[in-house]
Amino acid sequence: MNLEGQVRIPSGCAIAAVISKEGKRMTGEAITEAMEPMHDRSNGLGGGFAAYGIYPEYKEFYALHFFFNDRDTRKNCEKFLKERFEIVKSELIPTRKIPEITDEPIIWRYFVAPLKSMLVSMQLDESEYVARTVMKINTEMHGAYVFSSGKNMGTFKAVGFPEDVGVFYKLDEYEGYSWTAHGRYPTNTPGWWGGAHPFTLLDYSIVHNGEISSYDANRRFIEMFGYKCTLQTDTEVITYIMDYLIRRQGLNLEETANVIAAPFWQTIENMDDEKEKEKYTYLRTMFPSLLVTGPFSIVFGFNGGLMALNDRLKLRSMVVGEKDDKVYIASEEAAIRVMEPDVKDVWAPAGGEPVIVKVKEGVDL
Amino acid sequence: MSVEFIYPEFEVVRNKDRCIACRVCERQCANEVHKYDKDRGVLISDESKCVDCQRCVSLCPTRALKIIKSDCTLKENANWKNDTIKEIYKQANSGGVLLSSMGNPNPLPVYWDKILINASQVTNPPIDPLREPMETRVFLGKKNEKVTRDENGNLKCKLPPQIELSMPVMFSAMSYGSISYNAHESLARAATELGILYNTGEGGLHEDFYCYGENTIVQVASGRFGVHKDYLEAGRAVEIKMGQGAKPGIGGHLPGTKIVGDVSRTRMIPEGSDAISPAPHHDIYSIEDLRQLVFSLKEATEYKKPVIVKVAAVHNIAAIASGIARSGADIIAIDGFRGGTGAAPTRIRDNVGIPIELALASVDQRLRDEGIRNNVSLVVGGSIRSASDVVKAIALGADACYVATAALLALGCHLCRTCQTGKCNWGIATQRPDLVKRLNPNVGSERLVRLMTAWKHEIKELMGGMGINSIEALRGNRLMLRGVGLNTRELAILGISHAGE
Repeated sequence: MNLEGQVRIPSGCAIAAVISKEGKRMTGEAITEAMEPMHDRSNGLGGGFAAYGIYPEYKEFYALHFFFNDRDTRKNCEKFLKERFEIVKSELIPTRKIPEITDEPIIWRYFVAPLKSMLVSMQLDESEYVARTVMKINTEMHGAYVFSSGKNMGTFKAVGFPEDVGVFYKLDEYEGYSWTAHGRYPTNTPGWWGGAHPFTLLDYSIVHNGEISSYDANRRFIEMFGYKCTLQTDTEVITYIMDYLIRRQGLNLEETANVIAAPFWQTIENMDDEKEKEKYTYLRTMFPSLLVTGPFSIVFGFNGGLMALNDRLKLRSMVVGEKDDKVYIASEEAAIRVMEPDVKDVWAPAGGEPVIVKVKEGVDL
Repeated sequence: MSVEFIYPEFEVVRNKDRCIACRVCERQCANEVHKYDKDRGVLISDESKCVDCQRCVSLCPTRALKIIKSDCTLKENANWKNDTIKEIYKQANSGGVLLSSMGNPNPLPVYWDKILINASQVTNPPIDPLREPMETRVFLGKKNEKVTRDENGNLKCKLPPQIELSMPVMFSAMSYGSISYNAHESLARAATELGILYNTGEGGLHEDFYCYGENTIVQVASGRFGVHKDYLEAGRAVEIKMGQGAKPGIGGHLPGTKIVGDVSRTRMIPEGSDAISPAPHHDIYSIEDLRQLVFSLKEATEYKKPVIVKVAAVHNIAAIASGIARSGADIIAIDGFRGGTGAAPTRIRDNVGIPIELALASVDQRLRDEGIRNNVSLVVGGSIRSASDVVKAIALGADACYVATAALLALGCHLCRTCQTGKCNWGIATQRPDLVKRLNPNVGSERLVRLMTAWKHEIKELMGGMGINSIEALRGNRLMLRGVGLNTRELAILGISHAGE
């Protein structure tokens, strides 16, 4: 049977997220438990988490999380990394042996800083350099896979149910100000850890529920700009779209949401404000191939915040709730109530309406 | 009978019990097939003149007529087919180049018919176009490379000139001269009502039709007929015609008999003179020359109008398109080998060029490989026959389609493929006033609007089935296509998988 990446595998999913607007750090216990009531939305073939603010002592360094098939691959890869980065720390990612999670690869992390001389010779800024290196490893280095590459954040994923994955990775021992989670229901059995979600590039992470119908239009467009969609998943292509629009084109989050889940032409025509009308028309005309259609609900994580977004017809469930400094997002309200039984103001954002939550300015993360 | 005799292709079958000798057929046939025999009080036919345009059949009030293929054949021969032998006779008789009209009729592969479209089941929902918005609007034109902002951080919303279409279809180039005033009026009015564009072809723009300028593409071809400042400014876009799918590598020839009255004035050439457009543009012998013409036209129109470069689909089309995409052109139009024409040498029509499906797939992929797909929009034509052909073309990577034959069919054309005679009984490919008036522009434009409205509904149904609610999300979305009965090479060029994969 073909592995993920050799074939496109649609999947249904569960997602959840929590963020503290005050930047208060919380352990991964709550978000792990939040996935339990949504157990039936996954089928045990993939679960994962992204956590922000978990590596404050290494926050100046890129945290590269790796799956290696074997020791030789790791050694070779490390040689390659040393040519490009200063490695300040290298270690196994701690895990708990539990019967629910088996067949794990070598799960490793490096904290690295790009070599200045390489940046100068390649005429690249730091983030582009790291992004290209990650893509190079993932497409060219057999048996090595970078599944997390941001600063002061990390992704943890595995084949299994998400609530077990959280226990496996000892997420109760990490503290982050923002967490996202994903449980996967793929319609095939790839059995490959890299195929689990979240999908990340630099500090951008995506958890996604849905199957987009625009996939190949989006993929073929974004691949013009050096991205390689090796996994053939929606999550991967949406992450690259986000990276392209935000980091490379310099759009803000609202503008990005209005490209991906653009308002209907009819809605634009009915806008009273001419400036607004011009802006929305421009964004749709400029980036028509990045419109994403078909059902999706996503939580996009980045350093300092989250954005939740539904497809413009709202073909997937997603609710948002708030209490005190915390904002909760999930496929189902039940998940939110596990994290915070007294949650106030649970509401369902409209299709195409981005919910953007940022940590208050001035908070040191 | 002599050695020159060729048995007529068709037979006129007249049901004597039904014929009331009203003589409609006689009046309607410009080829003079039907004749009234006064002495016997019956109609007789000279089927040697019949082109099977079905005009008499359609207008006979008692349905007494039908035209059938003659069963008088030469001895069967798989190598020397009847038509092949008859063409030899014709050339031995005339010593001339064989002429034909409309698109290549030969049984070469039609890839559209070997491509199937996807639909949503279970893992994502189909969308019902009757209940949910379903968008078919497209913008053609170059896009900026980078987003820019003003000093306050607001988006600078200026883009190079774009063409807005309510659906991804336009009427492609057919010149005034090759088709009639009434046909042009029908196309212009329909395009305006539909929110799409039609194309003047190389014959200039009749002054009566300047009012439809916002929905007009004005063409600049190698003969430069009818090209002047007001003409260029009248249109929504300017198209440089480098080639045509039906006759790649050669120019055009409108016989002097069609250069009468308004046609002569509109083309800015004397009455009765043959309008011969040269095979090349004599100011374009290479790609760098094309760039100069593109920018001359942009200068002339103050950079307000997109420039389209139309080429025939030929072997090296991907490299040619890449050159055009870097020439400053905003839109590339590619015309496949099955595209129609008012007249072309038969050998060229039937043997030169390549299928549009393959040309489109390789051009779209090449432009993406080079990272310049955003520099241009792609419009394809050359036998787009239905809404499903449109959907397949968009999914392969086209921004929009050009249709002409389908539009003529809506106006009454029965595809008899004898436009070159100028005696079109349906009032389309003729300049004879008595024939032209048979095409009523009120009826013609209405039929075109109805056809396109029907296609739009069908496009929406197909999109909805795929769970796609905007045509942009279909463009280049090749996962939505599968091939049937295609070999691996063909599948690789089309960039699609085989059904079942």
